[in-house]
Amino acid sequence: MTTTEAARPAAGATAGRTASPAPARRLPRIRTVLVAATAYLIAFVFLFPYVEMVLTALRPQEELLKASYLPSVFAWENFTAFWSGGLAGNLLVTLQVAAGSTVLVLLVALPAAYYTARHAFRGRMAFLVLVLITQMFQPTALLVGIYREFFQFGMVDSIWSLILVNGGFNLAFAVWILHAYFSSIPRELEEAAFIDGNGRFGALFRITLPLAAPGVVTALIFTFIAAWNEFVVALTLTTTPERQPLTVALNSFIGQYEVDWQNLFAGSVIATIPVIILFVLIERKVVGGLTAGSIK
Amino acid sequence: MQQQTSILKRVIRALGPLPWIGPAVVLIGVVVVWPVVTMIQSSFMKISRFGVSQGSNGLDNYTKLFDEPDFGGVMFRSLVWVVAVVTLTVLISLALAQLFNQRFPGRRIARWAMIAPWAASVLMTAIIFKWMLDPEVGLINMILHDLGLLDALGGADADPLGRASTAMPWLVAVAVFVSLPFTTYALLAGLATIPADVYEAARMDGASRLRTYWSITLPLLRPALTVATLINVMNVFNSFPIIWAMTHGQPGYSTATSTIFMYILKGTDIGESAAMSVVNFGMVIVLVAIFLRVSKWKTEVS
Repeated sequence: MTTTEAARPAAGATAGRTASPAPARRLPRIRTVLVAATAYLIAFVFLFPYVEMVLTALRPQEELLKASYLPSVFAWENFTAFWSGGLAGNLLVTLQVAAGSTVLVLLVALPAAYYTARHAFRGRMAFLVLVLITQMFQPTALLVGIYREFFQFGMVDSIWSLILVNGGFNLAFAVWILHAYFSSIPRELEEAAFIDGNGRFGALFRITLPLAAPGVVTALIFTFIAAWNEFVVALTLTTTPERQPLTVALNSFIGQYEVDWQNLFAGSVIATIPVIILFVLIERKVVGGLTAGSIK
Repeated sequence: MQQQTSILKRVIRALGPLPWIGPAVVLIGVVVVWPVVTMIQSSFMKISRFGVSQGSNGLDNYTKLFDEPDFGGVMFRSLVWVVAVVTLTVLISLALAQLFNQRFPGRRIARWAMIAPWAASVLMTAIIFKWMLDPEVGLINMILHDLGLLDALGGADADPLGRASTAMPWLVAVAVFVSLPFTTYALLAGLATIPADVYEAARMDGASRLRTYWSITLPLLRPALTVATLINVMNVFNSFPIIWAMTHGQPGYSTATSTIFMYILKGTDIGESAAMSVVNFGMVIVLVAIFLRVSKWKTEVS
């Protein structure tokens, strides 16, 4: 009995936040070691291509086509060379499209999610089903239609068409996750602030929005990453090399041979590593938004 | 007079939600509904290479599509592609979820590492795999060579993406690789909803580990499993960047799925490409219908 008591705090401390000490105590030590070792190995496999990506980006140009596991020195100048190369302009396009889509999604999703969470009205169900259906659609299936539409509008090669399409296809995720947050905030809190003389909008901005902030941040980061990573629509809707986002520009690099390959890899590192880090921030909430209405 | 005001009131009340949900409806209309309509129209029209429509084409786009010598092969390959990728993804994810659900030091960090292929652009992941499979300097080829599994670098044997028989398994592997994180996370979320006392009861009854998994974990995991599977089917069916970056559907059309075929057709005949899109879209509709049936969206909405 005393040993169990003594072991408790220690087991709780190592196993972390949600640990219940009793099962951890019962777990044979050798098994924990095996489980941990397997998990670390798998974690390494998942990171492996991205480690190789970074290592390739750091190869000196003359070693790029040499069969060696590691570069002899790390050529950090590859990254400074990237900024002076032509791809920096494509990175700017990516940034504009991602930022524009994020702003558009928030402007459109916030009022819709708030209203459907607070009010029962005719057509509410139809609206939510429409949103759910668009979540299942992907631009790839509609590519020819999207191309024809923006061709008719004369909006091929325009950043605005990319912002619209990315915004439209990421709207569903934002509406669902914000809807869930707004529904979970008690109406009484808002009413109280209203009665205290804050006005309808004052109550909304001082009470409800701050409480829904985690949902807003999740929607914001998720949309930004999705638009940042988008490839197929941009490949279809942009034809001029300078107007293409980084993904499309990097892809067209592959077909050529007499180019600075390390520019390609420096570019892919810049396009990849920041979003992986951003994603870690919202990891806990994303599954709920993607499988909205399903796992409960 | 009174009646008039009440009608006016009713109209105002009916229009009340409009400022709030109107923008969302318009955006969905412009970006989702309009393209669907345009796409279906285009599939019945004759369209020049420069995108100018030259009137009705009847069903010619469809007959031309179905008469393509590669059409049957492409459709069959799409089916194999979806079944292979989703089956492997789900089976491996079940194992991974079980593993990452155990308690061990550093679990959070190990789970974070698994996020990388999910967060990164699928295109970037495909590009890096293509680079690792490079016949001359690819890391995977170098490792195979040093292990004695590959005779020499640079030859045809060192170019797995050059032949359909070896390219297809690699494409499937990369698709599984990028699908695992979401699926595993969805299953982990499902596992978290299973109350601990169920397992306690099973242990009291002296049920074996395997038996517990089969009779308790799997049945309780079913909702999460169903939804994760369907979302995967949808994603994999619409998958484009992996094949496009790694093989472009070549050699010939031997690694092309229906989305790749549609994109290649777009370069020569937009009408025929639209017909291919409509066929794809029909399948997407079926999948959405299945999703709406099995998911419990109603309970969440109300």
